[in-house]
Amino acid sequence: MKVGNRAGVTAAQAFGLLLLALCLMLPCASALGQPAAGAGLRSGFDSMSESTQAMQRDDAANPGMLTVNDGARLWARPEGSAQRSCAGCHGEASVSMKTAAARYPRWDERLSRPVGLSQRIALCRQRYQGLDAGSPDSAAQLALSTFVAHAARGVSLQPDTDPRLVPWRERGRAHFNQRMGQLDLSCAACHEERAGLRLGGATIPQGHPNGYPLYRLEWQSVGSLQRRLRNCLTGVRAEVWPSDAIEYIELELHLTRRAAGLLIETPAVRP
Amino acid sequence: MASALVRVPARARRGEVIEITAMVAHPMETGFRSGENGQILPRNIVQLFVCRYDGVEVFRAEFFPAITANPYIAFSTIATRSGTLEFRWIDDRGAEVLERAAIIVE
Repeated sequence: MKVGNRAGVTAAQAFGLLLLALCLMLPCASALGQPAAGAGLRSGFDSMSESTQAMQRDDAANPGMLTVNDGARLWARPEGSAQRSCAGCHGEASVSMKTAAARYPRWDERLSRPVGLSQRIALCRQRYQGLDAGSPDSAAQLALSTFVAHAARGVSLQPDTDPRLVPWRERGRAHFNQRMGQLDLSCAACHEERAGLRLGGATIPQGHPNGYPLYRLEWQSVGSLQRRLRNCLTGVRAEVWPSDAIEYIELELHLTRRAAGLLIETPAVRP
Repeated sequence: MASALVRVPARARRGEVIEITAMVAHPMETGFRSGENGQILPRNIVQLFVCRYDGVEVFRAEFFPAITANPYIAFSTIATRSGTLEFRWIDDRGAEVLERAAIIVE
């Protein structure tokens, strides 16, 4: 009897703790929309040096804006066998693409699988403009992705809730937690367990995808999220996935869910 | 060579010192790096940057290898009269980028 009683009290206490925990979580959830807030989600921007932050903030000093301008020209230019421009169908990107980048990767009906923003643009170029499938890291592809994502700058990441994405996203989580390479490190080993600590001279960021495509000083150019992921795979001395591997999209699905609420910074600047 | 970004104040008082920034999209290939096939990538850098204010040269810079890709330059000049600032970059291959910005001086 005594034991049963004690157990009952413990259950009630546990319930109380659970309520308390739920109450505490509410302010956390509302804080997700405010990435500048100290606790919780931190954009890579927050751990950069002041000079790099200033470079990103100033559109006349941010080299990523050169790529955005290239993208703007491509957006308006009729191309391919159809001689159609992006603007011909979508109009002003500042209106039609205001939130697009915040919701990718999304489901593609014809391919029956999720596609990222860059691939979505590539598919559009093939299907409606009659262009060849270019490389995902080609200048035109990067410029258009940067331009479209820039149209959503300041919008918070809101991953698509399409239930068909769930299994892909879960596989992305598995990749994220999978130790790999000769160094036997997972994404989580650095960007979750050791985020905020130092790796050599640099602060390890939480690894959010909210600024892509971004200008990396190390690259001396704008690059895609996939390029960054390839860098990480090389960094842990793992075999790099081929450029059309679905793993990149699965991982991106998980990354955007982790980063939900962070504001899009494209074109971000990173060291 | 494709695009450039310049910032010039739209309006200024006569005699005021104004800050101008100019950035051009350029790979600034140093000539010291090797490409995918092991061949040395030929040097291609911006050699010269010139800014003219109403036809008068107010700033000139020579560039050398080891200057970053997409070089950014900030300099100042004195607002003398309303007119056009003309920015010109010339690279090793002779390609030119020309950008203009208007300023009103009152």
